[in-house]
Parts: sequence; structure tokens; C-alpha cells
Amino acid sequence: MRTDVFTNAQIIDPEAGNVSLGALAIRDGVIVGHGADLSPPEGANIIDCGGKFLAPGLIDIGVKVCEPGERHKESYRSAGLAAAAGGVTTMVTRPDTTPVIDTPETLEFAARRAAEAAPVRVLPMAALTKGQEGREMTEIGFLLDAGAVAFTDCDHVTTNTKVLSRALSYARSLGALVILHPQEPGLSQGAAATSGKFASLRGLPAVSPMAERMGLDRDIALIEMTGAAVHFDQITTARALPALERAKANGLNVTAGTSIHHLTLNELDVADYRTFYKLKPPLRAEDDRQATVDALRRGVIDIISSMHTPQDEESKRLPFEEAASGAVALQTLLPAALRLYHSGDLTLPQLFAALALNPARRLGLPQGRLAAGAPADLIVFDANAPFVLDRFTLLSKSKNTPFDGARMQGKLAATYVGGRCVHGGLGA
Amino acid sequence: MSFSKQHLLGIEPLAPAEITEILDLAEQYVSLNRNEMKHADALRGLTQINMFFENSTRTQASFELAGKRLGADVMNMSMQASSIKKGETLIDTALTLNAMHPDLLVVRHPHSGAVDLLAQKVNCAVLNAGDGKHEHPTQALLDALTIRRAKGRLHRLSVAICGDIAHSRVARSNIILLGKMENRVRLVGPPTLMPTGIADLGVEVFEDMREGLQDVDVVMMLRLQKERMDGGFIPSEREYFHRYGLDAEKLAYAKDDAIVMHPGPMNRGVEIDGTIADDINRSVIQEQVEMGVAVRMAAMDLLARNLRARRQAGQTPGRMV
Repeated sequence: MRTDVFTNAQIIDPEAGNVSLGALAIRDGVIVGHGADLSPPEGANIIDCGGKFLAPGLIDIGVKVCEPGERHKESYRSAGLAAAAGGVTTMVTRPDTTPVIDTPETLEFAARRAAEAAPVRVLPMAALTKGQEGREMTEIGFLLDAGAVAFTDCDHVTTNTKVLSRALSYARSLGALVILHPQEPGLSQGAAATSGKFASLRGLPAVSPMAERMGLDRDIALIEMTGAAVHFDQITTARALPALERAKANGLNVTAGTSIHHLTLNELDVADYRTFYKLKPPLRAEDDRQATVDALRRGVIDIISSMHTPQDEESKRLPFEEAASGAVALQTLLPAALRLYHSGDLTLPQLFAALALNPARRLGLPQGRLAAGAPADLIVFDANAPFVLDRFTLLSKSKNTPFDGARMQGKLAATYVGGRCVHGGLGA
Repeated sequence: MSFSKQHLLGIEPLAPAEITEILDLAEQYVSLNRNEMKHADALRGLTQINMFFENSTRTQASFELAGKRLGADVMNMSMQASSIKKGETLIDTALTLNAMHPDLLVVRHPHSGAVDLLAQKVNCAVLNAGDGKHEHPTQALLDALTIRRAKGRLHRLSVAICGDIAHSRVARSNIILLGKMENRVRLVGPPTLMPTGIADLGVEVFEDMREGLQDVDVVMMLRLQKERMDGGFIPSEREYFHRYGLDAEKLAYAKDDAIVMHPGPMNRGVEIDGTIADDINRSVIQEQVEMGVAVRMAAMDLLARNLRARRQAGQTPGRMV
């Protein structure tokens, strides 16, 4: 079997926490080794990276592919192509489709569609409760056997604590990871913005940022009670952070994520009711954005997700309150995340820990790192190349990105999944 | 001429000079409206469509009369009844209307920002007649004209806006306008009806009405928007009237010559005592209605001038999609 060697690459190793010029060798879809002094074996295929960055491919937890149900918004094919073009080598997909993925049969359908249509790895999540209705738990055991990597009701918060505590206990007994959305649903009902001066001026129904902390507090108590392994999908406010830090210090099995949009945008970006900026939870004040970036730097927040949520034009071209929430982000995840590198907030190894290593660790996956034996899921990119985003160039079927017309930096040269090039190339 | 806007979507985008220009022109229309012969021809040949997605009698009548007095062809469309129920989106409705070549579109909508959205899709002048909890610019302008006529100026006044601020677009437009014209604005109401972060707009917030009314020149009462409430903002109407209803005792804290305003329609005995509303020495509520027609004539006149100027210059007004 042929050995491929990436040479002349600035290798970002999130595990070692460094960036170094060198070479990386792969064989049979697996990384063989890397280093400054790695010399290619005889007959190896040399791929010259020309001084570009080489890093593990991104692992994105919480991608919505609208299959089954709304294929006109996004299919496994279109999402997979967008992921490949965005450097996302593993998509961890959400179960909030129509119907909800809450049985082994629907999960197998989704997995089969993904396998035949998507050029990147797809790992499906399943619902925690049937229909995501918060009444009865799903067949967590069967779903695990069918390949579910985590269990989540997405942004549907289970209000019945008895149901949730039983589901958490049951999940713990099987070693299943649960993903929760920290939010107090009574306060956030009907909200389209974060309460404060901006929402008041625009006359938008708003939710207090405190609702996130209230949801988090409750969930942490339930985790303490049940011992379940829980990942919080999006922590976006300063007020929620002390509780999260305490839970981690107390040894609870918790991790937290945040969305790329909450790290790089704030509520003022909504400006004159731009519905592509309507997200769930809503964009926050600048203070909260900065606190979230800081928490990521300190490791209190572990994971960055795109929270890729395709919406068609019809769902967005409505008055702000009526418009659907969410944004597509598979293809903008990397350049948006690089904003944090260019601003000096995070180093590249820190960034790739949050984008690849930590999500892999949380899900127990072998990828997300450059160690020998890890799958050769790699990206090669130029971190500085500037461009202006045109949303119609995105490969997602839906074009609802808040970065339309934005100046960004960071262009992907090639994406490899299991050693196979699925996007771009280095002409070798 | 300083009024350069293509649409009147809110007070926020207006410069103080533009506000003054609208009010000055409105003064002329006040005189016209008091004549027996009330016709002018500023809008002759133009088509004005009033599109109300939310119930309104007074505002719609005021806009209709303003248009007719200036010679426009006025059409009223009550939108709750028609296309909304058939599932048509706001933008499709806008495009349909646009194809009828209106020149002035007067829009009221229950959602904040809906009128902005619509204005992006049509190539005529759009007037916001109230969008959700966002803005109601002609109401703020008519209030400003009423104040200016009663007080002789529109600056360095102390104005108390009282009641349901949270659900009120009238309050928002007035806060912005009065601030732009350099007045002191005091907001009075229970905390449950006060929007979050509103103090950051440079206003003073009072929960005690007597304190809030201390030495003010203008008392602006708001309608308690019962139909908009999810329920549970106040314990009862009678407790609300006791603490926040305007009566003679509370009004005595204001200056002796303070005027009392209300955008209507009033809930007598809920937010205002009937005798105060009817007191011709204090209440300017009827005058507000009169100023409403004049201000709307002025606003539509100025927008029509800009529309004609742009058409002559060969520009397509508005952004077509």
C-alpha cells in the first residue's frame, strides 16, 4: 500500500499544543507519524503543502441535515459537500428532523442515506425522548446499538424533571452521552432577541440572559443526582459560566460547547431586523460574547460547533418575530473561527482543540488528533488568504448565513477523510 | 430643504432638522384644515394605499383624510381579512400591491420591523403607521407639534410618559423624538411594564408616579394595551388606576401649567380619570387628533416631493427584489 507524505507543512497538533514545520505520513487511511525530521520512505507519494497549515479535520457536533422531511433545505449530499468544502470531516447530526430520529429504524435510514451521499463521516445522534416531546425516553439501548453517538432533544427543553432524571439515569447505565440545551423555557418562550437596550429599541420580544443560567443550574443538579455524562450544546452568557466551572470542579461528567456565531457576532449585528442573524439562543450582548471567548480560552467551554441550521428563503423573508431561527455554517466555520486567531484571542492549537480534539474525546472517537494510528482526517489551509463571502457560492441548499458580504480570512486547500481527498487538492 | 428621506419608517433615522421641517409644514396644514375650503393639491394624481394588518379606526381615518385633503386617490385595505388568511406572505402581498403602482403606502403591522421589511421590496414611499412594539413615527410627530403649540417650544421641557411603556411603540417613538430635540424624558410605570435596558436610552425611570410627575411640563399617558398582554403584568385594573391612573391628586405634582396628553383611545378609569381628560385647561387630547391629520399631510407631502424628485432624476426609488 502506498504511503502519502505531506511535506513542508505547518502542522497544528492540538494534543501537543504546538505548531511546527514538518512532514506527516499516512498509509491505509491512517496517520503513520509526523515530525520535523520525518523522512519519506522510498516510493512514497510526496504532497507538498507549500508552507500551508495542516491540521486535523473539524468535528462538528450538532449539524442539522434536513433529511428526512425537508430535503429542499438540506440533504446529506449537499451538507456533505458543504462540510468537505468547509474542512468538516465528521458531522455529528441532530435528530430534530421530520419525523424525529427517535427509533432505530429512522436512525438506520439516516445513517444509510449519509453513507451513500455524504463524502465526509456522518455520525447520527438520536432523540432523548420520543418525538422530542419530553414525556417518554427513547430506546436508548437499541439506538446505541444502531450507532447513535449521543442523545439530545436539541432545543426542546424537557420541563418535566422526573422524565429527564429518569432518562439521564438510564443513559448513564448504558454509558450514553446526553446533550442538553440549557434554557429556562418559560422565560424564553416567544423570544426573538436578548433582553436589553437593543431589543427594547427594536421592540422585539426578548429573553433575559439569566434564562440560560437557570436552565443550566437545573440541569447540573440533575447531573449531580444521576451521574450522567452530559454535554451542554451552547453556553453563550457570562452569567452561566460560574455554575459551569463549579460543576466541572466538583467532578461532574460535563462538557460545554458554544456556537461559532455566538463567538464572533453580537446582538447589534441584527441591525434593522436582519433575520439571518436570528438564532436560538439569540445573539447576545458584546460583554457576553467576550466572556464566552474567554471561557473557551480558559477551557471552561470545550467545544465550538457550527450549529448548522439550514432555512430556506421563505422561512427567513418574514418579519423578525415570525422568521425561523438558525444559520448555515459548515462552510464558514473555519474562517469564522480563524477570526479568533487573527484577533489574538486564541492560538491555533487552542482553536483546533475546540474544533477537533475535544469533540472527538467527548464522543470517544479516534480522530481529531495527529497521533500515529489516528484516522487520516486532515485539512490543509491558508490561514491568511482574504476573501469576501458571497452566500450564493455556498454548497448548502440553504444560503442563510449571517456572513454574507463579510470579509473573512482563511481558505481551505484540501480536505482528506481517511486519507482520501474529498475536496480541493494540492496538485500532487 | 433638509428632509431627504425616501420613507418614514421611524423617528430613529430622522435628524432634528428634518423633524422641525415636518412640524413647520404641518403648521401650514393646520391652518388649511381650519378653513372651509380644505383642499390642496400636493398629492394630486398620486395613489395612496392604507394597508392595515392590525385593527385601527383612528389612525387609518386620519391618514385617509390627510391623503384626500391633499388630492390623492386613497384606497384602504384591511389586511386581517384578506390575504393573511390565505397564507400569503408579507412580501408577496407587497409585491402584489407594488404592481398596482402606488405612490404612498401607509402600513400598520403587529410585528416589529415588518414595515422596514416591506419598504425594501416596493418602489414607492412607505409610511410606518405602527409596527409591533417598535415605532409609530406620525404619532410622535403629532405629539411634538401639540407640545410645541401648547408650550411655545420643543426643547428643554420635562416630559413624563406614563403607563405601559413595554408594549408601546408610541412611547418608543416619543422617547427618541423628545431626546433628539433635547428634552428631559421621564418614564413612569410598574416594573412589569417597563422594557429592559430602557434607562440606557438617556431617560429617567420612576416606579412611583408622584415622584415621576414632579414639576413636569407635559404628562403623556399611554393606553393600557390590554389586548397585547400575555396576562399577569398587573394585579388588576383598579389597583393599576390607584397607583398609575392620572387623577387630579397626582397631576398636582406636575407644574401648574402642565398639559395632559393621550394617544387614544382612552380607557377612562383605567389609566386616566374622565374629568381630567375632559378638562379643557389641561387636556390637549382633542388637539392631538387635529394635529394628527396635519402632521400626516406634511409627512406625505414631503415624501411625495422626494419621490417626484427621484423619479425626475431617473432613479428607481426603493430596492426591487
